[in-house]
Amino acid sequence: MPLLSVQRLSKQFGVHWALREVSFDVGAGDVVTLFGPNGAGKTTLVRLVATLGKPTSGVIVLDGRPLKASAASVRQGIGFVSHQPLLYPDLTAHENLTFFARLYGLTESRPRIDALLGRVGLAHRADDPVRQYSRGMQQRLSLARALLHDPRLLLLDEPYTGLDPVATDWLNRLLAELSQQGHTILMTSHDLQGGAALASRVLILAGGRLVFAADAASLAPGELAAAYLAAGRVATEGARDAGMTADGLRGAP
Amino acid sequence: MTTTREETRAPAPPITTETTRRGGLALYLAQVGALVWKDLAAERRTKEILSAMLVFALLVVLIFNFAFDLRRVEMDLVGPGILWVAFTFAGILGLNRAFALEKDRGALEGLMLAPMERSAIYVGKLISTLLLMSIMEIAIFPVYALLNNQPIRLDILPVVFMGTLGFVAAGTVIAAMAANTRTREVLLPILLFPILVPVIITAVGATAIVVRGGGWDELAAPLSLLAIFDIVFLVAGFLVFEYVIEE
Repeated sequence: MPLLSVQRLSKQFGVHWALREVSFDVGAGDVVTLFGPNGAGKTTLVRLVATLGKPTSGVIVLDGRPLKASAASVRQGIGFVSHQPLLYPDLTAHENLTFFARLYGLTESRPRIDALLGRVGLAHRADDPVRQYSRGMQQRLSLARALLHDPRLLLLDEPYTGLDPVATDWLNRLLAELSQQGHTILMTSHDLQGGAALASRVLILAGGRLVFAADAASLAPGELAAAYLAAGRVATEGARDAGMTADGLRGAP
Repeated sequence: MTTTREETRAPAPPITTETTRRGGLALYLAQVGALVWKDLAAERRTKEILSAMLVFALLVVLIFNFAFDLRRVEMDLVGPGILWVAFTFAGILGLNRAFALEKDRGALEGLMLAPMERSAIYVGKLISTLLLMSIMEIAIFPVYALLNNQPIRLDILPVVFMGTLGFVAAGTVIAAMAANTRTREVLLPILLFPILVPVIITAVGATAIVVRGGGWDELAAPLSLLAIFDIVFLVAGFLVFEYVIEE
């Protein structure tokens, strides 16, 4: 049974369909990277899985439990890193993690918080207000917040945004380490090379539809880039051309 | 492959969760406590909300003091109104700022990700705003009494508390609703004050009774009415907050 199952998921904002009938599974321990041009629906999809929105139709099942029916308890198994740090800038790193630990019902959380701050390289700045942190430091603390409750599924929405090469390299190494430790990761990215390098499976969204799905190991050289560019054309040229372009793609349900 | 990964998973730092051991009401109260602690810890560091409310309420009291000719105006009649204008308008500032801080950098979404009932966010925000408003009111009332030659009477405390509770109970819901709009600073008072009219009128009436030296028997009716308004707003807020704060 997959850890995460997304079944015929659709989301409508006003008259605009951000997602249409998207279906895929993520197995326990998998790292799945979701690519797609701007406006493809990546962030909407990840936010729905994170329970930050409600689907117009379709079902999301995490660990055998549908999100709609048990969203509050399912959240215990989800960690989410967004574009924004989702932290309180006036609190210190330690205070932020202590606060979220209490929300997640963690008791005697101090050793875990200290360990996580060490793991993300912020132990020396633990008592500084987050307001004083650089973008990269906030992203690292955001990751510590997401890992605080030891979630089964880690969701990362374009985690590389705004990071310099040093911070990007650090994040790559941490994600590889988390993957090796068995964390299940669903990540969105524009970075084809970096995103695919970490992934066991890659998906491409375009115009709210899943147009490409493949195991990362089975990708031919240049295949992902070609599929991404085709998806970009799908997004810009509309639904009629989408059908034409989809013939050239593979693996999409 | 999955099994292999699970087996090779490095030991994580120790983790225990109340959700698996206690859950229920104990966890709910712990979450509410955490929310109040977070708001007060941030306020202790920045003093952003309290200072804004204090300065604004002080200015209102001072401006009304200069605007009225104290030799002609009967302060027993006008004073309670001045006091509640200061409290409620300063409270609007506080509510607006409290939710603006939650929206900054997506912090509110961080709360929404936690495995907690949405009503816990409502209760936590209500308690922290009530505490901050109470501090402001305790500081402003002696200034008002001094400027207007009014006695400082402790029996005003239940009136102020119950009026403020009604204000915050409704205000927290409306502020959460307004926080998702571009015009939240304008929208909050426009939506909130019509709802609060009965509370404010009753609170002003009860304050007038205290100011002119009325007894508890006289206060019983307005206090009962305030209690009813408070209960209605609290129950309604508790029930609808989830729908207000969700997408």
